[in-house]
Amino acid sequence: MNLDYQSEKPIYLQIAQEIEDAVFTGAFLEETQIPSTTELSMALKINPATVLKGMNLLVEEGILYKRRGLGMFVCQGAAKKVKQKRQNEFYQNYVENLLQEAKKLHLKKEELIALIERGYDDAVHCD
Amino acid sequence: MPSIAINHVSKQFNKVHALEDVTLQFEEGKIYGLLGRNGAGKSTLLNLISNRLFPTAGEITINGRPACENDQAQRLVYLMSEKTFYPETMRVKEVFDWTGRFYKGFDKNEAIRLAHEFKLDITKKVKGLSTGYSSIYKLITALCVDVPYLFLDEPVLGLDANHRDMFYKLLLESYAARPRTIVISTHLIEEISGIIEEIVIIKEGRVIKAQNCEELLSQGYCVSGKASDVDAYVQGKEVIGIDALGGLKTAYVMGQCDKSALDANLEVSKMDLQKLFIQLTNS
Repeated sequence: MNLDYQSEKPIYLQIAQEIEDAVFTGAFLEETQIPSTTELSMALKINPATVLKGMNLLVEEGILYKRRGLGMFVCQGAAKKVKQKRQNEFYQNYVENLLQEAKKLHLKKEELIALIERGYDDAVHCD
Repeated sequence: MPSIAINHVSKQFNKVHALEDVTLQFEEGKIYGLLGRNGAGKSTLLNLISNRLFPTAGEITINGRPACENDQAQRLVYLMSEKTFYPETMRVKEVFDWTGRFYKGFDKNEAIRLAHEFKLDITKKVKGLSTGYSSIYKLITALCVDVPYLFLDEPVLGLDANHRDMFYKLLLESYAARPRTIVISTHLIEEISGIIEEIVIIKEGRVIKAQNCEELLSQGYCVSGKASDVDAYVQGKEVIGIDALGGLKTAYVMGQCDKSALDANLEVSKMDLQKLFIQLTNS
């Protein structure tokens, strides 16, 4: 897990995102326990209240759940949920930034589409 | 709620005003960062709380009890500072023994375990320790004392990067096991910015900021780009500092950033604690 202190994103959101990533990639499996607040706090050198704030966000979103006295677990179906969420946010997170940079570079719509197609083809060839 | 309350406290040394009209609270169970430039008055404040100095004016209470010459109040507080009041010819293990006699809940076994982890030889005399190990034996002692208010004045002085890393982890582990108020005064701001929950900034004897760390950071941002673009953007905004490099400029702005009003050529970034601190305490 890596935190970026220069990022505009508050640390607790970054922690939520990192846990989400781990769920998405299968590093944290569904119905298994994730590292405790203390473990994460020590590993990242972050106040446990910040870690907890990030975790609670994921509890609200139905990605994690709390087992009393045991700790946090990954919900059934969490990976699918994360994927859904990320697809929904794709426009905001990537497309908007892409358009903004394209505008700075005075790229026309057709040129941008051509670039995306090129990238798509390259990626397919790599696979 | 139990807390340490500092009410209109001033401290004067002859003609020097070290602290002026400081009003502040340290609440229970939180980690605080006490920041200030050299000579700002941080150590004076900590020495007043722990009864090593007396205020010229004002009052400090610890869980409602006056801090001044009061055993009942002072037993709740431990200050680790540059000064040690044990004889210098004492050995580290004797310091552990004596701390155990003064503070009932002192965990000596844990102190010995930690000394081993830091490779500190507890049979050594205190005065024979290097600057780094002198900090280490004091830190270990402080973290093993069982008090609700722990003050650490320059805890990582002389510690190498590996030992600092060990210390921060140890601090968080100890805090998780026994949540209590921990106030850290340090110049290594970047290293503790994630660890502290609350922040107090002192400038020339006065408190200029006392609030939640995340909240403070969310109140400012940096804008950089072409100097003329930056100048145009910051018109009418609260600018606390400017860095210029050739035709480029970075402005440190307080307030919320309105992204829609932002020129596409300007870049916005977060103000980190160190940058904010430097801008607030410059001049």
